[in-house]
Amino acid sequence: MANAAKPTSRPLSPHLQVYRLPLAAVLSISHRITGVGLSLGLLLLTWWLCSAAYGPDAYDQAMVYIASPLGLLILLGFSVALFFHLCNGIRHLFWDAGRNFEISQTKRGNIYVILGTIVLTAAAWLLALA
Amino acid sequence: MFASNNLRSPLGRARGLGSAKEGLHHWWGQRLTAIALVPLTLWFVAGIIHLAMGGEPYEAFMGWIANPCNATLMILFLGVSFHHAQLGMQVVYEDYIGGHAWRTGMIIATKFAAYGFAALGIVSTLICCFGG
Ligand code: HEM
Ligand code: HEM
Repeated sequence: MANAAKPTSRPLSPHLQVYRLPLAAVLSISHRITGVGLSLGLLLLTWWLCSAAYGPDAYDQAMVYIASPLGLLILLGFSVALFFHLCNGIRHLFWDAGRNFEISQTKRGNIYVILGTIVLTAAAWLLALA
Repeated sequence: MFASNNLRSPLGRARGLGSAKEGLHHWWGQRLTAIALVPLTLWFVAGIIHLAMGGEPYEAFMGWIANPCNATLMILFLGVSFHHAQLGMQVVYEDYIGGHAWRTGMIIATKFAAYGFAALGIVSTLICCFGG
């Protein structure tokens, strides 16, 4: 291959500085990113349960961390990731069943997933802080 | 490639190198846990909201987790989500880590960590229910 003459009209790969990922591709990689983030979040869940098992002092200390600005920011991130991964995961299950592969359906699904994530996150935090 | 100075038969070499390996089992496990996680996640979020909404934190949590239904669902949530996470992370490593040793090492470490933390969470839940 190294010695072969290079064809001049092969398709070009996307020019990285001007290429914008299609929405479906952004959501696709987001499923992976949120999956990894949620896996790390599970460690925090374990830590929280563990603190409760150690008793009131440890639990109260854990709650101080959770209620701190950084703690709440992490919780917010965790909740967004969870709701997105949940909505998009349900879409994955439909795909696995062989449904919704038309481009028009995929575009509608993009919107459902984004709206679902926003609505669920907003509803959960409004309820929790009410 | 298949020079005769090697005692392994061509079939022996090919076996296990194909695409299938344990793929179906893994795929099915990921889907099964995903389906189970839909209701479990909704329950979990509802529980956290309930806790955030009120009371003296420690008492509120201990009262909540002492309910057998909540304790059971928490244990299921821990087991299923760590299993799902571990299966999912394996795929991520397989996609991005080229070196065989590194990849296998990371997968093993993740599986051990996932089951270790799941056990820790479950034991903590049980301690909250049964005393100490
Ligand atoms: C691993 C997951 C999570 C853990 C371990 C966790 C833990 C906690 C704990 C222990 C509290 C205090 C509850 C109390 O007062 O007794 C809390 C508060 C709160 N949580 Fe979570 N939570 C998690 C996920 C979530 C999610 C997914 C949401 C949103 C949908 C959320 C929203 C909140 C809010 C709004 C508060 C109130 C904060 C405050 O009043 O300062 N949390 N969280
Ligand atoms: C704490 C909860 C969860 C964690 C830690 C988690 C973690 C992960 C991870 C790490 C992956 C691999 C990502 C990849 O290969 O790109 C994954 C994939 C997946 N998750 Fe989750 N997940 C959670 C909850 C859920 C829920 C509630 C659903 C609901 C349907 C779900 C559905 C899926 C599906 C269908 C896949 C496979 C996607 C594919 O084929 O690429 N997950 N998850």
